[in-house]
Amino acid sequence: MKIVCLVKQVPNTAEIKIDKDTNTLIRDGVENIINPDDLAGVEEALKLKERYGGTVTTVTMGPKLAVEMLEELYAMGVDKAVLLTDRAFAGSDTLATSTILSSYLKTIEYDLIIAGYQAIDGDTAQVGPQVAELLKIPQATYLQKIVEIKDGRLIVEKKYETHFETLAVKLPCLVTTLADMNEPRLCNAWDIWSLDQKEITYITFDDLDLNKDNIGLAGSPTKVRKTFPRPVLERSPIEELSPEEAADKILAKIYPYIEVKK
Amino acid sequence: MNKSELLEKTVLKFNERYVKPLAKEIDQSGRFPEETVKLMSKYGLMGLPFPTSFGGVGASYYDYINTVRLLARECATTSVILSAHTSLCASPIFEFGSKELKEKYLPKLLSGEWLGAFALTEPNAGTDSASQQTKAVDMGDHFILTGSKIFITNAGYADLYIIFAMTSPELGTKGISAFVVEADTKGFSVGPKENKMGIRGSSTCELILDHVKVPKENLLGRLNGGFRVAMQTLDGGRIGIAAQALGIAEGALDRTLLYVKQRKQFGRPLAAFQNTQFQIAEMATKVEAAKLLVFEAVKDKENKRDYSKSAAMAKLYASKIAVEVALEAIQLHGGYGYIVDYDVERFLRDAKITEIYEGTSEVQKMVISGKVLR
Repeated sequence: MKIVCLVKQVPNTAEIKIDKDTNTLIRDGVENIINPDDLAGVEEALKLKERYGGTVTTVTMGPKLAVEMLEELYAMGVDKAVLLTDRAFAGSDTLATSTILSSYLKTIEYDLIIAGYQAIDGDTAQVGPQVAELLKIPQATYLQKIVEIKDGRLIVEKKYETHFETLAVKLPCLVTTLADMNEPRLCNAWDIWSLDQKEITYITFDDLDLNKDNIGLAGSPTKVRKTFPRPVLERSPIEELSPEEAADKILAKIYPYIEVKK
Repeated sequence: MNKSELLEKTVLKFNERYVKPLAKEIDQSGRFPEETVKLMSKYGLMGLPFPTSFGGVGASYYDYINTVRLLARECATTSVILSAHTSLCASPIFEFGSKELKEKYLPKLLSGEWLGAFALTEPNAGTDSASQQTKAVDMGDHFILTGSKIFITNAGYADLYIIFAMTSPELGTKGISAFVVEADTKGFSVGPKENKMGIRGSSTCELILDHVKVPKENLLGRLNGGFRVAMQTLDGGRIGIAAQALGIAEGALDRTLLYVKQRKQFGRPLAAFQNTQFQIAEMATKVEAAKLLVFEAVKDKENKRDYSKSAAMAKLYASKIAVEVALEAIQLHGGYGYIVDYDVERFLRDAKITEIYEGTSEVQKMVISGKVLR
């Protein structure tokens, strides 16, 4: 079982603030973390490896800084870490990113690709599905559970608001995972101290069959015109009440808007 | 990020996920946190400062001491389980054990499959360890150990004990020997758990040795060389307890910093009052000074310099300020500090033991003055 996990290093958006003058994110001093949906995917991959054997390879695209994240993934027990890095990749939107990732994935063998549902810095949820389309493999997204592998198919549970769907997806395929589906293992001390024996594989533009028109800024149809924080229209009052008093108060407030159906 | 930083980051996550949620419960119930020991084993924390050839992690002594310190910020019980296992059981086997003893026991201890303990103290032999009454009689191919030990950390849960006994009672300290004893040896039993003021989740019990047969090869170090094993082991153990005390002080300070910023009186947060500011400044300075002493002792040990003075100073000072900082933390919390929900009263109860075990503060002063006055 050859499993590939697509991962992204992101700023911890829980800590991030917005510059009031420029309306851009203040990234200084903000910790970089492994995107939570991706980390859940790595945990699923490691669990599948424990169950069925095989290897787990993590692939990321980004600046050299991402080495830090790949080392952390090695210390969690993954077998191989690959960094796609090149100035030509900078400025890529989700389509260009998917183009680059899939061009690398075409050069390696895999049975299963696991990507996080979405990255907390962009919230697009596009890269996983786009990669599956470019590789022409089946996909299942928004998983709450990977159940098992049976007769060459991956049995998964796809989450909906009120229910879930059980799907059998023919391997090789791509799935996207949700952060709350598991509790990812921590790094372990033995793997931290064997990092010296682990090497990161670097892949650049020249290693891949890519056209500069399809990647980077030039290959990105998405144009961001403006970012701004949503203005607060009215602050909700905060009152300390007992649950009963609070319920009465809320009811009184919303009662005029409720249409009672007879 | 280097390895030590990645380990620290991992231990802090380990704290949030596993240590913090249990700390209050095990303090209240006095339950030994077996599940946490299993998790520390899984993540490699039980074998940090030992070479990979014996199944250790190959981390530095700094990494181990720093881990003891970080655990104590949330739970002193968890911290002392690791410290007793590593400093007092695995370390003497690594330092004094024969090749056979190391190969037989270290892989089990360092993987965390086995938990270790150390037994020197007796009802009538605390600081005065020459008054040992436990005897070991040489029977040719084995020794027979008879006697009892008290206040043994990890007792009942440990699988392996370092036990000290008189092999030549007439020679005093020069007649003590150290033995490695497996918990399931016939004649070895553990008494009831002590009900303690602090570190309540940690297991502290009496050991009863009723004609326990110990094979000759389980003699640790030389015959009659046990006093040296004990003293050198305790020198190292002291750095662990100093780190534990430092962690307790940091934990109490951290909680106080949060509290004084949130709590408002007379329309201002407590942190806006000069008394609070001065108190916090004192506390933070004490913690910083203790940290410098602890890591100075670590440096001495890592550089193979004589570290008995620096270890004793670190333990004397860190344990003293741990009690002080915990008390000051309670005072700044006011009435809330006196109730269980706010943790700081637990930090005070836990801090007190660091002035007592692995050599009381008075013993540390004996060691320090012995070196300084020489």
